[in-house]
Amino acid sequence: MDLSFNAEERAFQSEVRGFIAKNLTEDMKRATALTPSVFSDPDIGMAWQRALHSRGWGAPGWPVDHGGPSWTPAQRWIFESECARAGVPNVNVMGVKMVGPVIIGFGSPEQKNFYLPRILSGEDYWCQGYSEPGSGSDLSSLKTRAVRDGDDYIINGTKIWTTHAHHANRMFALVRTSDGPRQQDGISFILIDMKTPGITTRPILTIGGDHEVNQVFFDDVRVPVANRVGDEGKGWTYGKYLLEFERGSGIASAKLREGLRAITELAESDLTGRAIDSPDIASRISEVEVDIDALEMTELRVLSALQTGQNPGAVSSILKLRNSEIRQAVTRLGVDVIGHDALTVEPMRPLYKLNHEPALPEDMLTVVPEYLNGRAYTIFGGTSEIQRDIIAKMMLGI
Amino acid sequence: MDLNLTDEQRLLRESAERFVTESYDADHRRKGANDPLGFSPAVWKQFAELGWLALPIPEEFDGLGGGPVEIGILMEAFGRGLVSEPYVATVVLGAALIERCGSTAQKQASLPKVADGSLKLAFAHSERAARFDLAKVATSATKTAQGWRLSGSKIAVLDGHAADEIIVSAHLHDHQGPSGRIGLFLVPATAQELAISDYQRLGGGRACNLELSDVQLPEDALLGDGKDALPAIEWVVDRAMAALGAEAVGIMQVLLDTTLEYTKIRKQFGRPLSANQVIRHRLADMAIQVDEARSMALRAALKADSSPVERARAASAAKAKIGKCARFVGEQSIQLHGGMGVTEELEVGAYFKRLVAFDTLFGGTAHHYARHALLGRITKAA
Repeated sequence: MDLSFNAEERAFQSEVRGFIAKNLTEDMKRATALTPSVFSDPDIGMAWQRALHSRGWGAPGWPVDHGGPSWTPAQRWIFESECARAGVPNVNVMGVKMVGPVIIGFGSPEQKNFYLPRILSGEDYWCQGYSEPGSGSDLSSLKTRAVRDGDDYIINGTKIWTTHAHHANRMFALVRTSDGPRQQDGISFILIDMKTPGITTRPILTIGGDHEVNQVFFDDVRVPVANRVGDEGKGWTYGKYLLEFERGSGIASAKLREGLRAITELAESDLTGRAIDSPDIASRISEVEVDIDALEMTELRVLSALQTGQNPGAVSSILKLRNSEIRQAVTRLGVDVIGHDALTVEPMRPLYKLNHEPALPEDMLTVVPEYLNGRAYTIFGGTSEIQRDIIAKMMLGI
Repeated sequence: MDLNLTDEQRLLRESAERFVTESYDADHRRKGANDPLGFSPAVWKQFAELGWLALPIPEEFDGLGGGPVEIGILMEAFGRGLVSEPYVATVVLGAALIERCGSTAQKQASLPKVADGSLKLAFAHSERAARFDLAKVATSATKTAQGWRLSGSKIAVLDGHAADEIIVSAHLHDHQGPSGRIGLFLVPATAQELAISDYQRLGGGRACNLELSDVQLPEDALLGDGKDALPAIEWVVDRAMAALGAEAVGIMQVLLDTTLEYTKIRKQFGRPLSANQVIRHRLADMAIQVDEARSMALRAALKADSSPVERARAASAAKAKIGKCARFVGEQSIQLHGGMGVTEELEVGAYFKRLVAFDTLFGGTAHHYARHALLGRITKAA
């Protein structure tokens, strides 16, 4: 057993560091630091995606024949950790980490040839059409309907919490194509061009002050049957496969550590009257740091299992759950650390393009919005309650 | 980076688990609970035969040269069986201190005997006034013409009653008074003017308090050359916390498994307890915390030979986090067993009490978060 990286892994680490140093501009870095929501705006995120793609690193998790870099799990760990440490922008996760693996796993050769290169290059920007106003945790009760009409489906209904629908040119969606005996039956997985007539998008502002999510309406939207991934009625299987990626692609500890580092720096600064001198704050910082240590070790244990071809299983639910809870703990601590400055609201977005002098020092601008926005971490991608159900069922057999 | 067990480590785990399943069952534990010795000499002999007493001792002293990860594997199995033999006192604390501080002659005199089971040790360091501050030692050692004279009081000496020799920490005094250095002394359990008051320990095993009233020792009772032993004490306590953390993981796993089984069998309102979401979620949280504890124990073991600050931070992180997880898993195991959980008729209580003892030993969760924070600042100042 060995916690340290071997010579090969260290060489890869310095290769990644070199790449980041060369390609991550100060503007990108600042914009990322000043983004309180989960995802970077596309102008930032896609610039980074293009840089990655030109190096052949556009889709770390993909198989090599579809343009993946064929990294070992340890290399992926190193890559993600270095990216988090350096503060690189978020790429279009819905493309690279969600729909990409589904198309690779279940798509037709035509779909693979058309969509995958466009995800890699950043030409396409994807959003995810899963939740509906009446279908949150009970996702498979979804009602958006696709009715066959010749070579097309005609789609009617609505999707909600659609992150970056206002930026995306494509959506992957779960739609109902028939009514099976179980509500999971009769769901299909479909790829939709967002410019198709009949699609409208309504912004939803969230409590942190950001416009990140939307509601999307479908009014007699015609989508070719050829845009269905896999078999009709099997969409639930593909959708669940994707959710496992969404939850388990988790190499999250490095990002959490970076978030805590920023909060700790504030606590050590005169700006906060050296909050860290309060033993309570100091101990809480340690408590969160230790939780991150535990998550990191679990990630590394999973990774070691993956390296030898073992399946980590339900641990991905533990990772998602703990990541979201620790993320919230970090942001909660942040609010407590900045004290009175938590009262100041900066309503303009994006925070990295303000055309006025903000009322707070830049290091503090995102603290409260991140806390407020962070309440969503235990809700999206399956609520914590759903994750606990999964852990009980898959790990404990109850 | 590789956290998979090696073949040798897997074999060690299998043999330790097999031993616990076959030899250390509920019946054995029940009989041992009222034994005035607190453990079984026959089992100790088995430990020697299985090579477990020799496990971390260097090969040149008849040991097997294992490290903290191997100790952790063994301790996790001991936790599953609620083993009460004085393994931590003799091997993890005692032998390690002699290995680190002793002269070659002292090592040669002690370590092979620990390995073959003929010498049991204990470590007397804690004092009432010091609480969990390892640097605070009021017990004094004064140089005399013949050697040393020790005076003072020690508390919470794990398995001291069973030890042939007790390693006692004392503040070294020279002719000018206190030197600011701590020394470690090998004190025979039979020494004159040494009073041992022994008691049953919460969660199994025994502990004792010591009164040293001018205990006379020869010159070579001092381990090593009189260099300040505080760094060695911190080192050995960090290793012991990693080992005890692994033991706590084994205990928690048993409590989780037992509680899970019980909630499947126990029916109320016409259905098993485990059919209720509130119960399922509680069990999910328990499973998560057992897993987090496992990660932290392994991490502390893997960092046990890192730089002092990194090692100490990992040990305190593990102690704090595992302590917190242990209290939760233990308390919830009792809660989910209902009234039966608070009786001595089930073993749940015995396992829980060992976890409470774990949380208390060497300082609890709050103490170790504070130590972790303090060490973090030292790292930054450096």
